[in-house]
Amino acid sequence: MLTKRIIPCLDIKEGRTVKGVNFVELRDAGDPVELAKIYSDEGADELVFLDITATVDKRKTLAELVTKVAKAINIPFTVGGGISTVEDVKVLLNAGADKISINSSAVKNPQIINEMAAEFGSQCIVVAIDTRNVDGIDFVHTHGGRRATLLKTQEWAQEVCDRGAGEILLTSMDHDGTKAGFSNGLLAEISSSLSIPVIASGGAGTMLHFKDVFTFGKADAALAASIFHFKEIGIPELKRYLADSEISIRK
Amino acid sequence: MTDVRCRIIEHRTSDIRQYMKIAVIKYNSGNVQSVLYAMERLGVQAELTDDPEKIRAADKVVFPGQGEASTAMKYLKERNLDTLIGDLKQPFLGVCLGLQLLCEHSEENDTDCLGIFPVKVKKFVPENSQEFKVPHVGWNELENLKDNPLLADLPANPFVYYVHSYYAELSDLTLASTHYIHDFSGILHRDNYYAIQAHPEKSGLVGEKLLSNFLRI
Repeated sequence: MLTKRIIPCLDIKEGRTVKGVNFVELRDAGDPVELAKIYSDEGADELVFLDITATVDKRKTLAELVTKVAKAINIPFTVGGGISTVEDVKVLLNAGADKISINSSAVKNPQIINEMAAEFGSQCIVVAIDTRNVDGIDFVHTHGGRRATLLKTQEWAQEVCDRGAGEILLTSMDHDGTKAGFSNGLLAEISSSLSIPVIASGGAGTMLHFKDVFTFGKADAALAASIFHFKEIGIPELKRYLADSEISIRK
Repeated sequence: MTDVRCRIIEHRTSDIRQYMKIAVIKYNSGNVQSVLYAMERLGVQAELTDDPEKIRAADKVVFPGQGEASTAMKYLKERNLDTLIGDLKQPFLGVCLGLQLLCEHSEENDTDCLGIFPVKVKKFVPENSQEFKVPHVGWNELENLKDNPLLADLPANPFVYYVHSYYAELSDLTLASTHYIHDFSGILHRDNYYAIQAHPEKSGLVGEKLLSNFLRI
């Protein structure tokens, strides 16, 4: 049976993890490769690296990091952050990334999804959508959720699917950082209407939230950052809990 | 899992010959790098090559793949790699699209493939798109494992990582099946030809075990 996926997300700046990590067994809390290995050994199903570097050398630094990660771990990983061209994707896939994730650049130029999917296959193109509810309507936001667009989230999700995205990573800005649970209503609506997998992000605080996002939110995968980095929830205990709750999970 | 890990670590350092020559067939396929890295982690050096002499002379040949079937077949034919692959005698491992290309025919752009396995490749058609999405992405179980050296010392119903929209039908040559929408061939085997639909290079310790078993065949 196909299992639900648990995906820790690592924020990267200039080749180092940022946003705080609290692992006693880490020699260097900023080393993404070391952290990736720990998660992979603990049973994470996949990893996401989000690069928030804003320098011109970015692409080179990121490609070098991707190669180090690809050499070290034996589970799939996605790289995102500032990717806007077919050439960017090529460099990262050749460096060893399994998938790439695009966000603002897809909103700016939706045709890029078609181009990337045609060149590399849908399976490696993840479209990340940041969404926020404004007066009862869900709108797509860009630039880390700061900038509003006029795109309705449900319509944009359908469009990226039609254009050849292989997966959608849906982050609810309303839930992100609250630790009060995922945006299950919106997730369920989008996941049920699309033929591609949906990764839920934003709001994880307890193990029950993961169970809920897989049952009520109909998510195919769930992503979280700080609760894993600060060991508030360990991946092995989370997976045991979900398996006991009759969620299909990889043991 | 701990058992598998011990066995893998033991195998990494013991009976896989460090000087074994492994050719990874170079063609216009996506991310072959991860296959090379996986070999490195097992302590062997693999060479990415489309040189027929090197491929013929290798102890083991790996045929990875990601991409679209008709484009891949066209590329192989233009370089006569199609006939070469059919003539090889050493242990040969197709991965993902590599498995599909070893079959007889693929529904992906109505493509005639290499025909090593007399098996048809079809597209997943979900009866219920809420429950079954396409591509089939994520970790799923290998089931009904046959007794074969490729599957030695694996845990029961091991999980492997899949990303694909097309699948090979079940056949007498199926070594292990996987269930998604219906049962399909997770692993195929005929003579010296083995093929895995999942990505062993991305399937954690189970994947490493499959690869190290292959290197020992």
